[in-house]
Amino acid sequence: MADDHGARDVVSAGHSARSVAVPVSASTETQASPGLGVVAPDRFENPGIPPHQPRVTDLDPKKEKRAERTVYILFYLSLAGSVFAIGAYFGFPIEENNIASTRMNNLMLGLGMSLALLAIGVAAVHWGKALMPEEEMIDQRHPVTGSPATRARAVEIFDQANKESGFGRRSLLRNSLIGALVAFPLPAIVLFRDLYPGNQEDPVSALSRTMWKEGVRLTRDPSGTPIRASEVTLGSAFHVIPEGLEESEHYLEEKAKAAVLLMRLRPDELNEIEERKTWSYDGIVAYSKICTHVGCPVALYEQITHHLLCPCHQSQFDVTNHCEVIFGPAARPLPQLPIAVDDEGYLIAQSDFTEPVGPSFWERASVNDN
Amino acid sequence: MSTTTEPKRTRASSYTAAASNYIDERTTISAVVKEFGRKIFPDHWSFMLGEVALYSFVVILVTGTFLTFFYDPSMAETHYEGSYVPLKGVEMSVAMASTLDISFDIRGGLLVRQIHHWAALLFIAAMGLHMLRVFFTGTFRKPRELNWVIGFVLFILGMGEGFTGYSLPDDLLSGNGLRIIEGLVMGIPVIGTWISFLLFGGEFPGTAIVGRLYTLHILLLPAVLVALLALHLVFVVVHKHTQFAGPGRTNENVLGVPILPTFAAKAGGFFFIVFGVIVVMATFFAINPIWVYGPYDPSPVSAGTQPDWYIGFADGALRLIPPGLEIEFLNRTWSFNILIPMVALGAIIVLPMIYPFIEHWITRDNREHHIADRPRNAPTRTGIGAAGVTFYGVLWAAASSDLIATHFDLAMEHVIHFLQAAAILGPVVAYLITKRVCLALMKKDREIALHGIESGRIVKLPGGEFIEVHEQLDDYDRWKLVSYNDYAPLMIRPNSRGKITAATRVRAGLSRWFFEDRIAPVTRREVELSHGEHHAAAAIEGEHQSAIGADSNRH
Ligand code: HEM
Ligand code: FES
Repeated sequence: MADDHGARDVVSAGHSARSVAVPVSASTETQASPGLGVVAPDRFENPGIPPHQPRVTDLDPKKEKRAERTVYILFYLSLAGSVFAIGAYFGFPIEENNIASTRMNNLMLGLGMSLALLAIGVAAVHWGKALMPEEEMIDQRHPVTGSPATRARAVEIFDQANKESGFGRRSLLRNSLIGALVAFPLPAIVLFRDLYPGNQEDPVSALSRTMWKEGVRLTRDPSGTPIRASEVTLGSAFHVIPEGLEESEHYLEEKAKAAVLLMRLRPDELNEIEERKTWSYDGIVAYSKICTHVGCPVALYEQITHHLLCPCHQSQFDVTNHCEVIFGPAARPLPQLPIAVDDEGYLIAQSDFTEPVGPSFWERASVNDN
Repeated sequence: MSTTTEPKRTRASSYTAAASNYIDERTTISAVVKEFGRKIFPDHWSFMLGEVALYSFVVILVTGTFLTFFYDPSMAETHYEGSYVPLKGVEMSVAMASTLDISFDIRGGLLVRQIHHWAALLFIAAMGLHMLRVFFTGTFRKPRELNWVIGFVLFILGMGEGFTGYSLPDDLLSGNGLRIIEGLVMGIPVIGTWISFLLFGGEFPGTAIVGRLYTLHILLLPAVLVALLALHLVFVVVHKHTQFAGPGRTNENVLGVPILPTFAAKAGGFFFIVFGVIVVMATFFAINPIWVYGPYDPSPVSAGTQPDWYIGFADGALRLIPPGLEIEFLNRTWSFNILIPMVALGAIIVLPMIYPFIEHWITRDNREHHIADRPRNAPTRTGIGAAGVTFYGVLWAAASSDLIATHFDLAMEHVIHFLQAAAILGPVVAYLITKRVCLALMKKDREIALHGIESGRIVKLPGGEFIEVHEQLDDYDRWKLVSYNDYAPLMIRPNSRGKITAATRVRAGLSRWFFEDRIAPVTRREVELSHGEHHAAAAIEGEHQSAIGADSNRH
């Protein structure tokens, strides 16, 4: 647009103070509709630029000299900072297995670099502020829109291109082109389908099972040692993983579904649903540890109230009441793992969970039906 | 400049001249210097917020590139064997192990990692404050609406960069953050389950996500960011910077210092100051000490951990949802406990993004605006902004609900209930208070423009009464108080076909909401009158009747 007004329009403002003609109601304002804007007829006129006030460094050559000295001292200081940083890199090396040396390296390098950077910065700003002209200058603005002639020419060019190509006239050509252009990126999008490869398990089925099955022992997280029912004393809670998890090929994925919390309450404290009466063992209950909100581990157990608390968004579940949600954004109780005791007295699962664990998903409701 | 340095300077400048000549003959660089070298930039502290964002982004690019040479985005399991003794032998992903190596075994690695992270936090904070400055001064108006949208997209991309970067070390906290994202994605109706499986390449956590986020973090998002940032700056040059009202400053000019040399010195210096401050923070304050958290494991989690600050509002939105908002319907699961916060977050993003177009639809003001509003002079807009900031602030506070509860010894339930109420009522209260405060400030300005400032000098009139002498403003100071844009509400009139459309009614209603309470700028006649009457009367005119000339301009 503005090919050559940039430099020309710049007028030094200060000295000429009020004599500078300041167009108050100029082109753009009168052309375009102000809409609901109100333009009062007797509003004030812009008084123009106030007279310039010189700085001390403009008036006093000694002050100017001092400013100059400050600036170059700072630049030299910056140089020293850079040199110091390089020295620190070698002078404060990281020794193996020595955290203190890492800290020292970080500190000394950081100090050198900070000095190098801050000194340049302060020096340059001081140079600009104290020694370079700070008197304000004026640049004229021009309406952002192209001039009428430019706009007319642009329209003309498009018209001509349209005529020459027949883009508007030959509608079959145009429409088939649009069709082709719309279709050509589609294969690229389809290619992303195998971000989850097509030959893998269906997501809904993967989400609906865990490692738990009949007879799998409950073991401690992370050691993997099995748990005897007799070890679960009243009021205690265990973080549990299925036996054999350590050998699993998909350790983290399986753990993210199979993690369980085990607690023992007095049997009379438990308010069990009729069909789940057989899922607990002598007051010992096992619940999924994966929050039904968005999947954080529900890791906090309040022994007195028997509430489980999810630290992510503070959903609370009542263990005495089949882990119903009593507070927070989660909507569903934590799924219960049916447990029993084997011949050797170890706790085992009776089966997998009877519903998908963890966060809700769209097809979840249909899983319960199968 | 002593004479001894003279010859050196000439030699230097003749060398410079030769070099410039060489380049110009091949590039027309002289035209660029001529066009831009003396472009004028106005000065105001608030104009530096955008600069802070730009400079911290440069710092991010430089340090991020360094990190790519050492970081390994692999989720393969390995046993850590580096220098950090407490984690020796612990099983973790290669990504986590390489981040620990950067932190403990590569000289300066920890410093660069911490610079990268601090710069990221500053980058997003500076963008946020920069946007608030633009909003509250109304400088998103014509011709800058599109640049506002670009700026907003940059803000969103910045948060995306932050989140993807935060996830790269694959530590306990970042893994937990990803788990939450996965849970959220799965809650999206119809496509959620599939999106999640495509994103993670299967079940959470899988072995693909860190590598995929890495591609986003160092390639795709930075490329888009740099392109949009360049466009953003091109528009700043095309539009020229806005300026605040002041004597000599008009809608048709810019007052300030030229790029060469003064602005370049100040801005260039400021870059080094921003960089330096970030390095100071990285030197003295640890950030994201992943060795404390340990590698990701789906089972343990430590209470009281916080996401990076810019994710807080999203985390807070999740926490404020009351229980039970999930239904099974048509044999499908509808997770409103996830959809509602998603919609709220979408609104936080979309509403401000389209705000310039809403305001323009109401005012139909097609003039270009290059003078920044003082926030008080647009009371309704400022009130809306305050409401938005309050809503964001409440969500943000909610992300720390557990810390608030433990710190102030309150019940979790009470904190959440209070914040739930605050999220709904807070914005309304903030709107009302802010708007009233703006109007009060405008009244005060009007008073000062008419009657001057109380000088504190008491004189006795011949009649025996005491009055305080008011010092009149000079023309320059008065101009700052009287030069703002004034708008009047739309009067409903039938259109050319004698009809009043529904859109007109809505527009009229909105314009009443915006401009009913208005305080018109003082005019010359008013000042003359007030001087004539001295201090006799002229109490400030109330909002409604003061609008001189208000009826002459309605559409
Ligand atoms: C606006 C842009 C960016 C933001 C907000 C951002 C933010 C982050 C954050 C918060 C981290 C985590 C650091 C930590 O471990 O504490 C990170 C890591 C990383 N970033 Fe960036 N980043 C950005 C751009 C880039 C670019 C452009 C590159 C490369 C050219 C990059 C390379 C890396 C690498 C390699 C890591 C992993 C190493 C590590 O975690 O220490 N970043 N980023
Ligand atoms: S994940 Fe448990 S409350 Fe959100």
